[in-house]
Order: sequence, then C-alpha cells, then structure tokens
Amino acid sequence: MEPDIHKFPYYPGCTLKTTARNFEVSALACAKKLGIELVELPRWNCCGTVFSLTDDDLIHHVAAVRNLIRVQEMNRDGMVEENRLVTLCSMCFNTLKRVNLLVKENPENLEKINNFMYLEDDYEGNVEVIHFLELLRELDPGAISQRVERPLTGLRVAPYYGCLMLRPREVGIDDPEEPTIQGAILAAVGAEVIYNSYMKVCCGSYQTVNDKSAVARLVYDILSHAQADGAQAIVTSCPLCAYNLDSRQKEVREIYPDFEQIPVFYFTQLMAVAFGFGADLCGFDPNQLVPEHLLK
Amino acid sequence: MKTEESIMQRIADAAKAVTRGVDAKDIEHWVTIYIMGRAYKVPADLTILTAMEYAGYRFVRGVGCRQGFCGACSTVYRKEGEYKLQTGMACQTRVEDGMYLVQIPFAPAEKAAYDISKESYDASVFLKFYPEVARCVSCNTCTKSCPQDLEVMDYVQAAIRGDFQSLAEGSFDCIQCGLCAMRCPADIVQYNVAQLGRRMYGRYGMPVPKHLITRLQEIEAGKFRGKMDQLVAVPREQLEKLYASRVREAD
Repeated sequence: MEPDIHKFPYYPGCTLKTTARNFEVSALACAKKLGIELVELPRWNCCGTVFSLTDDDLIHHVAAVRNLIRVQEMNRDGMVEENRLVTLCSMCFNTLKRVNLLVKENPENLEKINNFMYLEDDYEGNVEVIHFLELLRELDPGAISQRVERPLTGLRVAPYYGCLMLRPREVGIDDPEEPTIQGAILAAVGAEVIYNSYMKVCCGSYQTVNDKSAVARLVYDILSHAQADGAQAIVTSCPLCAYNLDSRQKEVREIYPDFEQIPVFYFTQLMAVAFGFGADLCGFDPNQLVPEHLLK
Repeated sequence: MKTEESIMQRIADAAKAVTRGVDAKDIEHWVTIYIMGRAYKVPADLTILTAMEYAGYRFVRGVGCRQGFCGACSTVYRKEGEYKLQTGMACQTRVEDGMYLVQIPFAPAEKAAYDISKESYDASVFLKFYPEVARCVSCNTCTKSCPQDLEVMDYVQAAIRGDFQSLAEGSFDCIQCGLCAMRCPADIVQYNVAQLGRRMYGRYGMPVPKHLITRLQEIEAGKFRGKMDQLVAVPREQLEKLYASRVREAD
C-alpha cells in the first residue's frame, strides 16, 4: 500500500543541481516511496554557502533569508501547508538554519535585513529549517524497513557525519559525539553499521580546492580507520564530504600506495538500492566506485 | 560676447527641434534638472535624452536607437532629498524636478572569448569564464537597477546552478546597457554571463528546428535556383515594380 503524500518545501542548493545531481535523484525517489513529496522552492537562490561569523555582516545573511521568504510564499500560495523547509545538502542546511536562528534571536537584525529587501514580503520568522534525515527519523518505527525489497544484508557500512550536521550545538541534529541518525537508517535497510571514532573528523572541506594533499591525508585517516573496523562502504549526508572522501582517493593512493579504494555513497543511494529501485534512481555516477554485487 | 550669443542660438535651435516647433513661451510646465551638477530649466514632458539636448548637449556617444532597444543611453540619477541612486535609459525616462543626472556611455566590463562548440554544457562553463558569479550574495541590487525590469539576480542564480533554460528565458529581453554590472557589489558582469548562457542554450539546450534543416536541404538541392536566376536577370526598373508589388506582412 502506498502511503499518503505529505508535501514539504524543499531547498536543493547548487551542488545537488550540478555535481551531485545523482544524490538528489535518489533522495527524491526515496522520499516519494515514504510518502514525502519534496516540492522545490520557486526562485530559490544560493544559501549563502558559508555562515558569516562576523556579528554585523548582515549582507551575507540576505541570501538565506530570501529563501526563507520563498517558503512563506509557498504557504501563502497554497503550494504547501508546511513551514518546515527540507534540505539535503549539509552545507545548505547549516547555513540556512544558522541564519534563521540568528534573525529569530535578533529582531533588530531581521528588521534591517527586511528593510534592505524592501521588494520582498517581510520574513516573519516562522520557518523551520530541517535536514531530510530528521524527517526520516520522525517516521513511524518500521516505516523504512517495511518498504525494503532488497535488504543490504551482509554489507558493512560506516556512516560518516563530518561537522555540519552536528555543530555548532544549537543547529546540530544529533549527539555531536555519538551521532546515530544515519546508522539507524542503515540498520533499517538491513546493512551492518560500523561505528568508528573517525566519523566526525573533518574531511578537509574547501581545502580541497587549493591543498589536495592536506585533504588526502585527512581522507586517508577517515577511510583507513573505517576499513580497519571492517567497513566495505562509507555513507555520508554531505555532498562536499562525499566529494572529498570519494574523489581524493586518487591522491590518497599517491601518498599511501597500499591504500585500497572504498566506495562512498550518499545515504539515499543505499536506501534506493534497498527499496529495489533501478540504477537510474539510485543515481550511481560513472565516476563513483560501486561494488558490483550492489548492482546485481 | 559673440561666443555666448552663438551658444544661446544653439540652445534655442536645439529647443525648437526637441519641442517640435512649440514656442518656449507656450510651454506651461518646467522642471529643473542638474546635468553633472549644473542646473537647467527644461520642459517637463521631455525624456532625459531630449532634455539634455534641449539644454545644449550634443551626443556623440551614449545614444543610439532612441526607442529603448539598444541600451546605449544608460543614465544614473538621484533626486533631490533622496538617498537612493536610480538608473534608467535616458530615452525612456521622463525628467523630474530635482534630478541630478549623469550619463554612462560605456561600461568597462570583462568579456570572455570562448568557442561554445568546445565547452561543456553545465554550470562549470560560467565558473570557467566568469568565476565571479560565485560571489553573488543575492542582494538583488542588479534587479533593482535593470531598466528592462528583468529579474537579473534570478538569472544569475540560474547560471550558478546550470539552469540554462531559466537563464536564457530570464535574460532574453536584456539590452546590455551595463547598469547591473555597474551597481553589482560582487563585480559580476551579469549581461555577459547571460549572453554566454543564451549561446550555450541555443547550441545545446534548444530543440533542433527541423523545418530549418529541411529548408536548407531544399536550398542546397536547388529548389529555388530557377526563380533566383530569373530575378537576377530582370532589369532594374521591372525589379523595382516587382519589389513594390510583393506580398508582404502587415507592418
């Protein structure tokens, strides 16, 4: 039986529309299977990318607030009846949620930003920014496992969290030291979850642009520890982490010739496999290392 | 004093031209505008362009079609007592009392050279030739400055996420006046980004026009050669008659 559909406003962000398009494909398909329709924000703009820590640097929060206004408009226009904005990219999630918090806690800042954006409706501060993982956590126990057609039995997967889902504490969605939100999903689709102490170590983030070897060393630490604990694959919820953990394995091998490659997935890709979706909806990228037995 | 007389004469001549034969004494409504800081009293129903000509300026640059299509007469102005800097096309904006004006005859903007047949049809093409697009903070200043009322920021954002269709459609009416780029705090040259996007969309995104291919094949196969040869052989007088009597679309 197909579940009733609940519509949520959805913010994709630029990465899921360009280099990580395959993550979006699998996420939207999994959401639909679980009765969640992610309705893309009309006229969305950049999230702001990096949350500005300078107290009075309000111009760098304008982009995020503008997107929150779009959520208000969707509700006003009857596209959704839901104030919770769903994100898939951890970077977008972190930036949007922190800005939302900042303007909710500082009415004066919000007023300044609203005045600057005089062509838009005022942001009323009633939107909540969440990550898709939080929606999955809310589902009835068993909602995911009931829909598994091909359990990932025997696949040992290490969830990797990085920083943006967990820190700072006021926006984190899980215990910053012992996160379980991805592991619970992996367990629900039948995989064996490998916890290891490197699941929160920095992936190197944007250092990947100008210092590949620094990122490669971090990636080596993260991946080799997971492998030592028995992991056959890594799962993450952040496109930038996924990029570093996956694409920098080439540089890792240059520094550590004994390193064995390990596949890196976006969490919804493995869900898609377990739900029995075809390769198109799993969104496997030609550049992505995929163990053959997963595709069988 | 001879020089001054000739200037006055020139202004009077200019006034006659722009007021289409109406005598200055018959003009009821006047406004004061400031051109580069100097005050001029001009008839209230003129555009910025004609008002400047009325005041005695002769344009050698910063003017073009006079119909709001070519984008040559970009103007920046501020009204007395207002903090906001405004923008417009001089040929399309009516003068208002207390306008402080300056013309922007040229926008010194970076324009990349590329061969679209060698570029990949995704967002990376914008980062390659116009990497500053990534500096957009979504402030919307470009949109506010656009005399064509385009959603400039939206099409820049479409470029960043590789949405060529939205970019092409959203920027279609751009006249490349340069005002968005002059105002952008991130130094993005929006209209050149859009031009690259429209070219890429035309090359890779739009459906292939089958009728055009068919027609080209017909031409190459010589379908129209006979009629063309006939026309070329016709004497000039008869050709003019044929031209005048041709079937034409309504104006």
